[in-house]
This record gives sequence, C-alpha cells and structure tokens, in this order.
Amino acid sequence: MTRGAGGMDRMLDLDTILTVIAIWVGIGVVALVALRRTRFVAHGLFPISALMSLALAAVALHGLFVPPQSTVLRLGLPGLPFHLRMDSLSAYFLAVIGATSAGTSIFSAGYVRKGEGTPPGLQCLQYHLFLAGMALVVLADDAYAFMVAWETMALSSYFLVIANHRVSAIRHAGYLYLLLAHIGALAILLCFGVLQANTGDFTFANLRVQQLSPFWASIAFVLAVIGFGAKAGIVPLHVWLPEAHPAAPSPASALMSGIMLKTAVYALLRVAFDLLHVQIWWWGVLLLGLGVVTAMYGVVFTTVQTDMKRLLAFSSIENIGLIFVGTGLALMFHTYGMNALAALALTATLIHVAAHALFKSLLFLATGTVLHATGERNLGKLGGLIRTMPWVAWLTLVGALAASGLPPLSGFVSEWLLLQTFLFTTNLPTSFLNMLVPVVAAAVALVAALSAYAMVKFFGIVFLGRPREEKLQRARDASRLERIGLAWLAAGSVALGLAPIQAIDCVDRVTHLLVGFGLAQTVHANGWLLLAPTSIQRASYSPIIFLLVVAACIAFTAITVRIVYHGRLRRAPPWDCGFPHQTARMQDTSEGFGQPIRQIFEGFFWMRRELPSPFDARPRYRVVIEDRFWHWIYQPVQALVDRAARLAGRVQQGRISIYLLYSFLTLVVMLLLVGR
Amino acid sequence: MLISPSAFLAQMLQFAVALAAAPLLTGWVNQCRAWLQNKTAPSLLLPYRQLHKLFYKEPVAADNASMLFRTAPYIVFGCMALACGIVPALSTDLPLAPVADAIALVGLFALARVFISLAAMDIGTAFGTLGARREMLIGFLAEPALLMTLFSASLITNSTSLANIVNKMAHSQFQLYPSMAFAGVAFTIVSLAENARVPVDNPATHLELTMVHEALILEYSARHLALLEWAASLKLFAYSCIGLALFFPWGVAEVDAPLAMVYSLPALALKLAIGGVLLALIETVSAKMRIFRVPEFLATAFLLAVIGLLVHGLLEA
Repeated sequence: MTRGAGGMDRMLDLDTILTVIAIWVGIGVVALVALRRTRFVAHGLFPISALMSLALAAVALHGLFVPPQSTVLRLGLPGLPFHLRMDSLSAYFLAVIGATSAGTSIFSAGYVRKGEGTPPGLQCLQYHLFLAGMALVVLADDAYAFMVAWETMALSSYFLVIANHRVSAIRHAGYLYLLLAHIGALAILLCFGVLQANTGDFTFANLRVQQLSPFWASIAFVLAVIGFGAKAGIVPLHVWLPEAHPAAPSPASALMSGIMLKTAVYALLRVAFDLLHVQIWWWGVLLLGLGVVTAMYGVVFTTVQTDMKRLLAFSSIENIGLIFVGTGLALMFHTYGMNALAALALTATLIHVAAHALFKSLLFLATGTVLHATGERNLGKLGGLIRTMPWVAWLTLVGALAASGLPPLSGFVSEWLLLQTFLFTTNLPTSFLNMLVPVVAAAVALVAALSAYAMVKFFGIVFLGRPREEKLQRARDASRLERIGLAWLAAGSVALGLAPIQAIDCVDRVTHLLVGFGLAQTVHANGWLLLAPTSIQRASYSPIIFLLVVAACIAFTAITVRIVYHGRLRRAPPWDCGFPHQTARMQDTSEGFGQPIRQIFEGFFWMRRELPSPFDARPRYRVVIEDRFWHWIYQPVQALVDRAARLAGRVQQGRISIYLLYSFLTLVVMLLLVGR
Repeated sequence: MLISPSAFLAQMLQFAVALAAAPLLTGWVNQCRAWLQNKTAPSLLLPYRQLHKLFYKEPVAADNASMLFRTAPYIVFGCMALACGIVPALSTDLPLAPVADAIALVGLFALARVFISLAAMDIGTAFGTLGARREMLIGFLAEPALLMTLFSASLITNSTSLANIVNKMAHSQFQLYPSMAFAGVAFTIVSLAENARVPVDNPATHLELTMVHEALILEYSARHLALLEWAASLKLFAYSCIGLALFFPWGVAEVDAPLAMVYSLPALALKLAIGGVLLALIETVSAKMRIFRVPEFLATAFLLAVIGLLVHGLLEA
C-alpha cells in the first residue's frame, strides 16, 4: 500500500473505511459457506453488517472535515493499481450510504427467510458485494477502479433483482435492467476516454488537469449525463426502474432506490464540477430541463400506479428529477460565477439526496413487511393495515409525510432550499434564462404538491380504510429487528428535518470543494434555531419551533377541551347512509383514487380501457396504463435491432463449411490489405 | 433570539384575536350571504353556539376508527392556529414570524390537508375516500398557485417572510404592480377553492355529488367536529389575512410603534368585514361548478400566478 498526501493519523479514516468494506466482503464469503442456514445468515451476519454501516457513517462524517486522503491498492491487473481517494464529496456520499444501509441491514436481519428465490446465503453475498461496490464507486480515484466498482455494483444488484428467477416477468425485468446498465456503462467508458485526452493515464488527478476544448468537454459532459442518467433513471432512460424495483427483494429495492441512484448523482457531480475544468452555460440548462421533465413524468405516473413498489419506483424517478433540477441550477450559476447561489442550489440537492435515501428506503422496507404479512403488492387488495400492523403503519406515515415534502420533516428542508434558490435568482445574463427560472419553479411546486397526492393515495389505500380481502385481518406486524430498521430510518428522516443547520454544516464542506462557497457561515450567524440562508429579513424557517408550537397548540387544545367539557367517546358502527349492504370492496380502489389525475394528465399516458356494457352478466372494468416512451423509443429501437439481427442471421447457415469459407475469405482480404 | 415584551404581547393578542374572531368572520359571511339571497339571516353568534353545542355532546367514533382518526382534528386545529399566528394581521412584530415564511406557511396548510384526507380514509366508507380524493385534487392545484402568488410578492419585496412583505409593501411608495394584479386574481380563485366556497364547493349542502369538505368530515361528531369546524373558520381567517397582507398591507402595527395595535385592531375588523361582504357577493353571483370543471378553474389560477411571475421578470425587474 502506498500512502498519498497526509500524515499517518489522517490516514486512519480511509483505512477504517477499507476495513469496513473488507469485512462486508468477508461477511458475504462466510454467508456463501453457510448457504442455507437462514438463522445464522439473518441473525448472525446481518447485525454485524449493520454495525459496520454505522462505523462507516461515523468515520465518513469525520472524514468530511479533514483534508482529502488517498491510497493505492495493488489489486487487479499488473500496472493498473486501484487509486482510492476520499475528499468531502466522497465522504458525504459514504455517510449517506452508511446511515441508510445500517437501517436496511438490520431490517434484513429480520426479513430474510427461506424459500424466496435464491438461498439466503447467496443473497447475503450479493447484498454485501453490492454495498462494497457502491462504497468503492464513491472512493475510486481512477477511471479503471471506478468502472470495476461500478460494474460490481451493477452485476450484484442485477443478481439481487433476479433473486426470484423462476418467475419469467422477473427475468425480463432483470434483463431490461442489465441492458440499460450496460448502455450506461458504455457511455461512461467513452466519457472517461474523452476526458483523458489521449494521455493514456486514467487517474482522476490526470483527468483534472487536461485542458479540453469546449467541444470535447461538452461531448464528455453529454456522455456523462447519458451514462449516469441511465443509472439514475432520467427520462427517457427510466424504464428499468418500475420493472426492476418490484422484482427485487425489498431490502435490495431499498438499497437500489435509496443509495444506488445516488451514486449516479455523485458521479455526475464528480465529472461536472471536479473533473471538467470548464463549464458551459447550456449544460446546466440541459440538466434543468431533463430534471423538470423527469420529475413531472415521474410524479404523474406515481399517482396512477396500482402496485406498491411500482408506485415507489416512479416516486424515485420524480425525486431524481428534483435532484437533477438542483444540480442543473448549481451548474448554471457556477458557470456565471454566481457561486453563492450555486452553493445554495447544491446544498438543496445534497440534502435532498440524504433525505430521499432515508425516506425511500423506509418506504420500500415497509412494502416488504406488508408483502410478507399479506402476500399482496397490489394496492387494490390491501387496506386497513393500521389496525393489524400499527408499528409499520405509523413509521411508514413518517416516511410518507417526508416524501410529500411536508414540514417539519426532511423532504421539506430540501424543497424549501430549492424554492429559495429560485427566488434568489436575479440578473442572469440572458433573458431566456430569467424567464425559464420562474417556470421551472412553478413546475417544481406542482411536482411537490402532486407527490403529496401520491403519498396520500399510497398510505391511505394500504393502511387505512377497511381490509379489502379476508386474509388481511390475520396480517402480523413487523418483527422486532424489522421495527428497529424502520425506526432508524424514520428517526433519520425526522432528525434531518429538525436539524437542517447541522446538515448544512456537513454539506458546507462539499459545496466549498465543488463551487468554492458554503452556507455554514451565514447560517450560523443567525443562531442554531433559525435556518436563514442569507439573512432573517430575506427568508427563515425553524423546524424545531414549528414543531413545538404545533405540538403545544395540540396539547393545549386537548387538555382545555377535556377540562372545560369532557373526554368521553362512544363507539358505534360507521354510518351507512341508509344503505346497509356496504362492503369493503366499495371503498375507493387505487384506480379510483388516481382517476382525476388520469383525466387531467391524459396526454402523459398510453391508456387502454375495457369498460363493461350495461348488459354484461359479469361486468369487468380494466384499465392498462403504459409509458409512452415504450412506443416512442423502445419499441422502434427493438424493431430495428430485430431487423438488423435478422439480416445478420442470413449469413449464419449453421454449416461448418460455410463458416470455414468466411474465415478463408477474411484471411484473403486481410492478406490483400497487408500485402500492399 | 430575544423577544421584546411588546412583541410577545402582539403575538398573544394575535392568537387570541384569531381564535376568538374566526367563528365571527364565518358568521358574518353567512349573514351577508343570507341578506344577499333574501333569506332571514342567522344570528352572528350562531357559529359560537354551534361550537359550544358540539363540544358539549358525546362524540361517536366508528368501531374501526384508529388513533389517526382521533388525533387528526387536533393536528388540523394546531396547524391552523399556528398559521393564524404567523400571518401578520395586527402587527408585523411577531416573534413567530421568522419560524415559518411564506413557503413554510403553504407547507403548513398542506400538512393539515394531508392529515384531514388521511383521517377521512380511515373509516373506509365510500364518502370518506371520495372526499379525500377531491380534497387532494383541489389541493394539488391550489397549493402551487398559492405559492406562486406569494412568490410574486416576495420577488417585489425580496423576502419570503410575510412580516417583511407587509413592512415593505406598506412603506414603499404607492405603485401599481402588474404582477400583483395577476396574483390577485389567482389568489381569489385559490382562496375560494381552499375554503370550500361556491363555485368549488358549497358549505351549505350535503349533496353527495357536489360536496368536498362535508364529505371529508362526514364521520366526525361532537368535539372532533367542533375542532374541525373551528379549524375551517381559522383557515378562512388566515386566508383573509394573507390576502390583506399581500394586497392591502396598510394599518398594521410595526416594530417601532407597538401602540399602533390600538388602531390596527379596528382596522383589521373593518378590512375583514368588507372582505366578508365581497366573499358573500362572489358566492351569491356564481354557480357551483361540476367537480371536473374545478381543475380547469384552478389551473387557470395557477397559470395566472405563473404569468404574474413572468410579468414581474419582464416589466418590474
């Protein structure tokens, strides 16, 4: 091991992190040996892994505030060692990975069971390789190590997606995921190829000093957007998310949605702000446009889904859209030298990264417990679970409120900062951009409001109302370990919402690194209670006092009413409106709840409806909603590939003599070429 | 953060006035509407008597009602009370004003909306979910429209803090802002929709095809219902005060003149009384629209508010 800059004591952080990663891989190998011993894998290995995640988060938080550390691992091909480096950007994402995976790992300890696809030991190995891959992605300091880590992450998550590979739909989902992951990887590879500018040296240190012309820099940037956009789920490369997330086991979906999408955000930030030394104004606008379209598309589809996990997958697409909007704004401001605004936009983005990682993992894990308790993923067959699964229901409510961007939870902080960024924007050099910014702000506000609609639908249909099926009344609440995992993530969402100033302290180092400006100083000038990005006169928000005052109002009202009047309550059957034959099936279905949105945003969907006629003996109502992009892009491309393959198939006759003839002809042609 | 005694007093007075006067405002609007429609007007104090009666009664909850159902009225009431404490109606020297700015205020309304919708879905009757769906439908368009309206004002005053918006609007030289004209129309539409008024909803009907707010609270009785009704009048009060703060910000006490509260209270009463008459007038001259026309109506408000922002960028920046 060769030391980089920095003394021995400073190297401790990176060494500890590498040890954690090594232990993760070790846990995976042990699990492989104990392939089918479910109890040992679940209760023995996963808790250790969760402890390791906590250690990772703690060390990474420390690493935020110290100078960058680097090291070289002599692994892999001779002459191509792995360069690893942890600066504050890597450390921030490592902290997010650690905090989130601590929750998912301890949850997995209670969740893993036999008979769900591949054996538990194998899933444990894939899970930990996946974690190690993601941690190495954010640590990699040369393109080679980056690609190895990136592919490890892609492949291990692919195997997690197809854990239940006997179902053909799941194999299809896995195939689609792998396909898009590789298209993305190809673009990333090309991007690094452009960045190294014919020097043959792929270390990030070398990529940083290359002076690319604006043309080649733009090509590298666009390739990065395609490559990382495919992983993040940017429209139109989003189609794999709603297929792969429902297919994967819930802890794996939680990791994929909560963390893996964020590694793509990390990589994009790394390339756009760190590796490329110039920025061009339209890059930011491109990200902004892609982000708005993705967010809008994602949220509209979220509201009409009927499958829990598909709904959450589309919600992830929406959130990635918002993150891209923030990134785009930051890039645009950075180009124009407005670094204070760039820092504000970047802070909003990075806080949203952490917030989304926490609440989306929580929601995905919650769907896992519902799935185990009821065997149902279809919203239309659930309902009333708050009475049989109170723990899961109340913890999910926290996640759903955070996902709706409501104060005083985590989703609101990032939304608030993002909207402030729009309001602070003044005097951009072109009037086109000055007009664009308010329109994007309006779109973001609309997306935030619609996400609340989607989350009310999700929580209301699954947990409230009456159970739509008989078997739901026997549903059992989450086990103790599962509860700990859910509660950890819920507590994280609450803490991030209540302590935005502490979060900004962490993010401050990252924004200093990327745009040379941070918010911590101005924020601290106004005390630790009030969050004010510039001055109190301009804008301020205090989640703690907000929560305290609302809680005080509630307590005061409840006590006063009880003292002045009384606290009695009587139970009775619900009012049936004079029609006694009501059943649980007469509640709104998920289709019904999404119907207004379907009508308003009809243009977004490719819809097929089967309506019953008045004379049907067995009336049947069915509505199929599909993504228009399937018909616009994917099916034409598929047809094209099919045709090309058929043409290529003509030369394949299956007779050995013909193939020998081909080789012979090739040889002759080559000889002719060389002979000249 | 030091709180001066006068600021504390102003804050307490504002809470007290909002809680006490909100039902009166509702009663006043009902009375005006009855006069305009040639009906015998109910007493101005009827809302108070109703609240007293409801608090006195024994609540009946459905057998399967969960804790969410029972806590939601308190949460909604708490949110609306805080909203009334933030909006500068009597004084701009409010200690709670920096706690939540315009964006957080919109978030506060959204929080209340989400809880009341979830509570409506809790029992599992067809009416509850119908009400929840319609409420969220109205909300997802009204909320961004309200936000854009507030943004128009904050772009002019360079602040999202409502107290500062009022301060700056009241002190700047009188000037006509075209963006505020657009914002005004948008705000009127939004407040009609958000407060369950004709043409979006009818507070006086229980006809299943049309109702929104009444469907949401159909399962509630006694003290829970009282809290929700009180919260609804607090919401009307808060919205009226937002409207006054944005468009008629004169006659509000300020930091350096705490004694001005002596005249700011009657000024507020007068402004609210006129606002109530206008609201009753709008309700009388317009007809209830079909629920599927409501999104178009609200989308108009949203687009007007966005146009207001763009107009600000073009003409006023």
